Amino acid sequence: MTTMSDDTFENGQARTGKVRIDPASGVPTTGHEWDGIEELNTPLPRWWVWTFWITIIWGVGYTIVYPAWPTLSGGTQGLFAWSSRTQVASDVADLQTTRGPVLGKIAAAPLDKIESDPELLAAARMVGKVAFATNCASCHGAGGQGAKGYANLNDDDWLWGGKLADIKQTIEHGVRWDADKATRSSAMPAFGRDGILTPEQIAIVADHVRTYAETPDSDAPTPQGEKLYAENCASCHGVEGKGNPEMGAPALYDQVWLYGADKPTIVARIANGGGAVMPAWKGRLDDTTIKALAVYVHSLGGGQ
Amino acid sequence: MSSAETQSILLDDPIVEAPHKVYPKKVDGQFRRIKWGIQFATLAIYYFLPFVRWDRGLNAPSQAVLVDFPHRRFYFFFIEIWPQEVYYVTGLLILAALALFLMNAVAGRIWCGYMCPQTVWTDFYLTTERWIEGDARDRVTLDESPWTRDKIRKKVSKHFLWLLIAWWTGGAWVLYFTDAPTVVWKLATFRNGAFDTYLWIGILTFTTYVFAGVMREKLCLHACPWPRIQAALTDEYALNVTYRYDRGEPRMSLKQATAARAANLPSGDCVDCGQCVAVCPTGVDIRKGSQLGCIQCGLCIDACDAIMEKIHRPARLIGYDTEMNVKRRQCGESAIYKPFRVRTVLYVLLILGVAGFMSVTLATRDDMHVSVLHDRNPLAVRLKDGGVRNGYTLRFANKKAEARSFTIAVSGVAGAQLEIVGVTPGNKGKAVIEVGPDQTREARVLLSTHGAGGSKGQAPVTFTTTDAVSGEATQVTDVFIWP
Repeated sequence: MTTMSDDTFENGQARTGKVRIDPASGVPTTGHEWDGIEELNTPLPRWWVWTFWITIIWGVGYTIVYPAWPTLSGGTQGLFAWSSRTQVASDVADLQTTRGPVLGKIAAAPLDKIESDPELLAAARMVGKVAFATNCASCHGAGGQGAKGYANLNDDDWLWGGKLADIKQTIEHGVRWDADKATRSSAMPAFGRDGILTPEQIAIVADHVRTYAETPDSDAPTPQGEKLYAENCASCHGVEGKGNPEMGAPALYDQVWLYGADKPTIVARIANGGGAVMPAWKGRLDDTTIKALAVYVHSLGGGQ
Repeated sequence: MSSAETQSILLDDPIVEAPHKVYPKKVDGQFRRIKWGIQFATLAIYYFLPFVRWDRGLNAPSQAVLVDFPHRRFYFFFIEIWPQEVYYVTGLLILAALALFLMNAVAGRIWCGYMCPQTVWTDFYLTTERWIEGDARDRVTLDESPWTRDKIRKKVSKHFLWLLIAWWTGGAWVLYFTDAPTVVWKLATFRNGAFDTYLWIGILTFTTYVFAGVMREKLCLHACPWPRIQAALTDEYALNVTYRYDRGEPRMSLKQATAARAANLPSGDCVDCGQCVAVCPTGVDIRKGSQLGCIQCGLCIDACDAIMEKIHRPARLIGYDTEMNVKRRQCGESAIYKPFRVRTVLYVLLILGVAGFMSVTLATRDDMHVSVLHDRNPLAVRLKDGGVRNGYTLRFANKKAEARSFTIAVSGVAGAQLEIVGVTPGNKGKAVIEVGPDQTREARVLLSTHGAGGSKGQAPVTFTTTDAVSGEATQVTDVFIWP
């Protein structure tokens, strides 16, 4: 077999090497040989080559059809003026068209009728769940389980009332959200910081309050504690510590404690007063979403 | 193997054959007729099954076989499968695999040769091709001839017919997923608005055309995993299309063979006419023994039998036989056939077992399904009075064609109160939930204990759903958790 020089091949001249059928594979050789090793003539399959060319043409075409090439003052707009922003906008519009009928029904139905209609309840819970995960879960937890200072929405204790209308009102206007005139508002005085009560008195009231909570380590009520409670706390929290949802005064006789039932926590609450803030959502969320959210939250705990 | 032998193999016989186009020749005979029959039956089932009606009442589709994705149902005659019963489909797949194993243990890759869709449609396409372009020799001549008006006419009509078949095949597949007569009518009157119908018909038309028209045996040889797996599933008792070389070799012409026989010299029946190769749809030479390319269709048997008849030699020089039997005959032993072996009996028992289990569960399944999901976050909530509340999501599936009412009762936690969001308790304090015909309904269920104390940890809790009319009860169990 003759060895071929490289330039012969590059010149595109007729191959001088011996083209023959390779005995082992049955495939013709190119006539190319290096150090006794011959090259088989196995060109890329035609379909592969065509696919290769088509992808290149496709790729170039794509950059013409869609916005792609940067220019000094922006970029090419493509042939159909397509952009991901308009795409998202039209997708959102499509979604609203699809959801329109059921959302319309939720918007039209009175709040308490939504729960008794299985279809509306399911839809409202679905919409509410998503809105909750987006807007509420960061404070109230993914399942509305709350945390210290953030209300648990699954229990039966509702500071501002747990009826559907109460929940909706709270979501719309927030709690101690001063920018909203209709916000839920009440102030627990800072009995310690403002010098209304002495630290000893605060300790006595705290012990007294803990008797309501029926914690295992609480003492029996004392006359002194009862007197201090009646003078300072009963006006808001009620004579028997039953609380008052009208003014968001928590019940003190029960087992649900927003900040905790241990003595240092209660002492700190009495001494420093104040209360948690929840933003108003009216204006940020549309009315239908707020309605759905109220239904969802109500279904979590079904509060009174 | 001596180096001379290696050399001879290398020189005579390429290890890897260069790709070449296969022109299978027409053949007639016993196996071809069986193949016609099976082909007709399978194609008829495929094309016409969607049009079979099955009355299921008002609220259900009346198509016998229907995969209803939008409503998440699968209908197969009297069987209706819900998403949560998808294990029946798994069972069917297991049955199909076992049947394939059994077939393989009895007669090798018989599936490939007769029932594999690739074979069936390739055969269909070949028949069409033969009808327009003539038999193998004519087709070779046509392909090699220059482009004349006649050649263009033939090629165009062939590809048109192929596309027509492909289109009808793709279309028929779509019919399994929607009401067949409706969609046919819509397509025929150009009123089909759904783009995905056209998309799927297009995709399936394309794949049918490419697989059956262009790829053909290449799919069996290069793409299909089955020939690779089946070597591990077969054994020396499985029937295979076998060239009985004990009888065929040495190959010689009829004249030479007659002379050799007269002289009492070794003589073979194979006259090397090449008909077995000519008719093979995958272009295999069966005389080289059992091989990957052989799909066991038996057409070479028919071709060889025709020749044997002409030269007045006994039929079945090629036949369904085992390599072991050929060897036994060479040693003067008699052929043995053992259809009942540990392997086959085991497969049959497994098939009967799985099929039996599926039939029993299918026959005794509830037409009511309840599933329960415990709240994850929070797992449990302390109530004002020291009680505990757990939240659950219950999902009811009414598999009957009429609306039904169910009462929900709970047991397992003493004194626990049940509350269903959006459902007010009825006159006897029982919660009644209505589920529409053939529908599911989800309900949020709150279970509360009251008063301090009670257990710690968790306890099993059972929800019992009772049909208000028939009294049929379904139970589902979860846990009640104390914080």
